[in-house]
Amino acid sequence: MHILLRGRDIANFKELATYEKHDGFAGLKNALAMSPAEVIDVVKASGLRGRGGAGFPTGVKWSFIPQHEPVKYVTVNADESETGTFKDREIMEENPYQLIEGSLICAYAIQAKAVYIYLRGEFWDIGDQLDACIEALREKNLVGENILGSGYDCEVYTHLGAGAYICGEESALLNSLEGYLGQPRVRPPFPAQKGGGLYKEATVVNNVETLANVPYIMREGADAFKAIGTEQSAGPKIYCVSGHVKRPGNYELPMGATFRELLYEHAGGPLHEDRAFKAMLPSGGSGPIVPLTDEVLDTPMSYEHCAEIGTIIGSASIIIMDESVDMTWVASKVTKFFAHESCGKCTPCREGTYWLDKVIDRILDGRGTADDVQRIADVAENMAGTTLCALGDFAANPIIHTIRHFPDDFAQHVQA
Amino acid sequence: MAIIGNPKYEARINHHLAKYETKRSAVMPLLYIAQEEYGWVNPEGIDEVAQILNLDPTQVKSIAGFYTMYSEKPKGKYWLHVCTDLPCALQGADEFYAWLKEELGIAEGGISEDGMFTVEHVMCLAACDKAPMLQCNFRYVENLDQDKMRALLAKWRQEAAQPVAAAAGE
Repeated sequence: MHILLRGRDIANFKELATYEKHDGFAGLKNALAMSPAEVIDVVKASGLRGRGGAGFPTGVKWSFIPQHEPVKYVTVNADESETGTFKDREIMEENPYQLIEGSLICAYAIQAKAVYIYLRGEFWDIGDQLDACIEALREKNLVGENILGSGYDCEVYTHLGAGAYICGEESALLNSLEGYLGQPRVRPPFPAQKGGGLYKEATVVNNVETLANVPYIMREGADAFKAIGTEQSAGPKIYCVSGHVKRPGNYELPMGATFRELLYEHAGGPLHEDRAFKAMLPSGGSGPIVPLTDEVLDTPMSYEHCAEIGTIIGSASIIIMDESVDMTWVASKVTKFFAHESCGKCTPCREGTYWLDKVIDRILDGRGTADDVQRIADVAENMAGTTLCALGDFAANPIIHTIRHFPDDFAQHVQA
Repeated sequence: MAIIGNPKYEARINHHLAKYETKRSAVMPLLYIAQEEYGWVNPEGIDEVAQILNLDPTQVKSIAGFYTMYSEKPKGKYWLHVCTDLPCALQGADEFYAWLKEELGIAEGGISEDGMFTVEHVMCLAACDKAPMLQCNFRYVENLDQDKMRALLAKWRQEAAQPVAAAAGE
């Protein structure tokens, strides 16, 4: 049975009547019977951490919102653009009411005036579906004024982006929503602070999958949620598997299941029987690549265990490459992504990704030297930590870690 | 036609103006409306959006230029965005994209001679388990191969030849 991908277990789950029949809005009703501070305490106690990639404790994030501020917002990050990530899309397509319910619980907990769901522009049909859901909920007094007679008012809106990875970065998302270029802001002030959020008001920005966990927590309790997963990584997680496996797709498993279980039992093992697994990007293009050794395969997929093997679980967009794949080409592909998606605001990222791409092309063409490999490693190391948002670090990762783990793949292209 | 004073868009424009705290926040949805009306984000559309929002046209143009889903030049009736990012490329998307350009006889960003198609490669579209894939006028078309794509191109050409404008995509 799924907690997040319940649309797979229950027919017509995207219909409001079906959702309500299966405990829909029971979590919201429980929340409305508590004080906002009590709701935040429950979410804190559940151990839920942000599923967008950073893994920050969700309840703690909510508690940063100053209660005395008269205007506050919730912004849902539905910009899902990380290479290899396609989980939020399935949640919103097949289980839209659970996302809205989770958003409303968050909104009540911080006493927000409104929820804005920021969707990547390519999800416009999901936006249409969510708009219809919002109107259906308004008729049932679950959106709008005096929700279920609680005295609490909240509006829910959708907003479409238009094709920019950077808008998944929370401060760039807020700029984009305000009609400015989708570029990161200087922090502090942080979004949770007055002056740093949407329209300069205190704002919670949460990923779709994060919020989709919240109705279960409020319905079944923090202990039930904490019983799933590991000590530091509570709850279920959707793992997006792509690349060289037999059955790519979304798989919902507890946090702490091993990569081996995911890749062999669920994703069917190597796509080509005669080719061994070589490498894995466990968190899309932005996380450190690792060789797919037995040690890595037996690692539990949790925040703490992935740190031990030198990578991150992040958004769990797991891209698998077999032994036919040249890691120099992988570095090139991922670098082209970041060169295209760099917003241009910070010089190290704008210029760094541009030149990394040029030099890797030269190496792949056979015109590079051993110095060029050292050069791209230097450029990448000098980009990391020097930009306003994490994209500069993300863009450095594919270079630094492919060279570290697969030096022969680079050496074969260059002359000494 | 224009978008200002056009009854086709009046309710939608008002809906977007009402849902935000500032008029400026409506620039992205209004640019989509301009693109729908003119087929691309042309100078007339930019001026109208600026006028509705009390912005300078330069400010609106900077937003249009920042995002890949607004086209600042005319394009074919069917705008194809093929994902060639890493997960799709591991399933043959680079070869598929090269073949598609040859099949249509156009280079990246160009318009086919019959005015039907523009093709571009794009970054991850959140469909990595269904590669090769593309969006046609922003509708998902997934699990493609050359045979399926040839059949789709024929279907779209046939639809376009009908007197009534057919909806794009599936």
